[in-house]
Amino acid sequence: MSTRDDILRRIRAALQVAPVVPDDAPIIRSLGSDIDIVAMMVDRLEDYRAIVVRAEGDISRAIGHAMHEQGIARAVVDPLLDRMLRPEGVELVEDSGLSARELDGIPAAITTAAVAIAETGTIVLTHEAGQGRRAISLVPDVHLCLLRREQIVGTVPEAMAAIGTPRISTWISGPSATSDIELSRVEGVHGPRTLIVVLI
Amino acid sequence: MGRAYIGISPAFPDAAREALGDTQLRANLARATGTIRAKRANVVAEKADWEALRTTAHARKMQVLRDLPQLLEQFERNATAAGAVVHWAPDAATATRIVADIAKGKGVDSIVKVKSLATDEIGLNEALHAEGIEAKETDLAELIVQLAGDHPSHILVPAIHKNRNQIRDLFIAELPEAAADLSNEPRDLAMTARAHLRERFLDARMAVSGANFAIAETGSLVVVESEGNGRMCLTLPETLVTVVGIEKLLPSFDDLGVFMQVLPRSSTGERMNPYTTVWTGVTPGDGPQEVHIVLLDNGRVRTLADEDGREALKCIRCSACMNVCPVYERTGGHAYGSVYPGPIGAILTPQLQGPPHAQTLPFASTLCGACYDVCPVKINIPEILVHLRAKVHETHTSTIERSGFRAIAWILADGARIRAVQRFGVLLAPASKLPNLLSLPVLRGWTASRRSPSWARTSFRQWWESR
Repeated sequence: MSTRDDILRRIRAALQVAPVVPDDAPIIRSLGSDIDIVAMMVDRLEDYRAIVVRAEGDISRAIGHAMHEQGIARAVVDPLLDRMLRPEGVELVEDSGLSARELDGIPAAITTAAVAIAETGTIVLTHEAGQGRRAISLVPDVHLCLLRREQIVGTVPEAMAAIGTPRISTWISGPSATSDIELSRVEGVHGPRTLIVVLI
Repeated sequence: MGRAYIGISPAFPDAAREALGDTQLRANLARATGTIRAKRANVVAEKADWEALRTTAHARKMQVLRDLPQLLEQFERNATAAGAVVHWAPDAATATRIVADIAKGKGVDSIVKVKSLATDEIGLNEALHAEGIEAKETDLAELIVQLAGDHPSHILVPAIHKNRNQIRDLFIAELPEAAADLSNEPRDLAMTARAHLRERFLDARMAVSGANFAIAETGSLVVVESEGNGRMCLTLPETLVTVVGIEKLLPSFDDLGVFMQVLPRSSTGERMNPYTTVWTGVTPGDGPQEVHIVLLDNGRVRTLADEDGREALKCIRCSACMNVCPVYERTGGHAYGSVYPGPIGAILTPQLQGPPHAQTLPFASTLCGACYDVCPVKINIPEILVHLRAKVHETHTSTIERSGFRAIAWILADGARIRAVQRFGVLLAPASKLPNLLSLPVLRGWTASRRSPSWARTSFRQWWESR
């Protein structure tokens, strides 16, 4: 008998008296309509020390301005990033399967997102067109994420319903952080040390 | 090289006595547990449906236990279809063998690791070291513990027993990237670790991780983390091996929506942890192109067979129970002599490992129940502790103790016998003034921290009858 079959056989034997499964309790799936989820998203992001920019008017100029404020002149993007969403005055490197070392030499990445969760201040990337491979929003030190206001939902269950069952996804709630030394929080460890969210 | 808890570490009572004498440790622990407790309470209070989330998470995990064989088969089928190679390991030796063979097959002599209790449990780093393969921990706290040749003391903040000065000295001694005048500021220390590990991440060819969840419906794995070292390990190397306990399953992708609401809030006291990565087998052009999954038993099936103890397998390793436990807060994690400390460790370690810890750990609790109140999957830890204590007694009660209890039962069964014994006791009352008879060496385990009561000169019955 294979190891696998033996483990499964022993599990079946262990379950001769089956555990009793209780009923689910009703959980909250959406926030009330009186809640401003965009304002809540901004509040949560700022709580995580992310930088939030509200782009009004010309989007590509607004993104370019946000990059310049951070002193960034160069960024990697997914080749399929919408032309309308590319910033003015920033040199863009289209990702053609760049190595980790090559990405390490680029100061920033610009991506879109799949959905965002207001209650927890979370941006979810499913790495489809515009969102890039996982590595591009990981290795560069600044991640600028473009978020359309209508992509923001209230709760985690709503976000799960919106994304379906993607093969890969990355959930991002603020810049990377650690509290491992005397529980004192340090933002920015291995992932991007700066997260900029541009609301469009 | 960190050391695994292999062989026999001291029993809890001895290890705890030693830990209690360490005032620095007690101060660090009190501060840490107090801080996390307060943060958790705040973010839990925000959730109007917290109890419903707990109930649903509990129900989902009970379903996982009930349907485990089918869910494992479903997970294996879907992960395999997505390009992963699924391995089955009945014990630690098989699991470490599988990982070592993959590394050797790739010609790799060093790997990067994401913090993982399952790999600590099987002593993976030591086993790989013996095969000439270096395992580099990449979580900041795990790195600190590894550099110090120490053990984690808390599952969430493993280096909580070390202060900033100790960490600075360690970095200066061990890390080439550390400047000789490195400050003790947490930011400077974290940046030193960033510089040190970045090179490792960029060069790594193989990573080993654990997983917080494995989703049967899709064959996906989930890692919940904060620093980004997890994303680095799960994304950059060409080969990824994930060791995951068979109980880590969730039936459907949608269930993740429940657990991602209870885990970060219970664990770090955050609304959401900074990074969560979900992956399914191999994704062409993105991330590791060779993905292995090791499904680990290592005592879990035996635990599942115990109808009263099996609910310990619902644990999602949040560590909320540790932070509220009056025993853990004073002894710290090392005293438990296992990868799993605190209240959950007191019920999990005896069941996964059996002797010798099974004899003492179930007693490392006051049964106050605070752990049950905070548990996001409603594990009734006190009830399981009592069950495990009873099991110890079934096998270990002495003949003297058993006959003693039988005699007491005989006396208490009859009013006239009670009266007779009380009369006799009253006659002994003056003896209370003599040196404490109960301080005999044979009884010291019980009497060292207790006083024997003195007999009253009049029993309650006598007093009542004479009113």
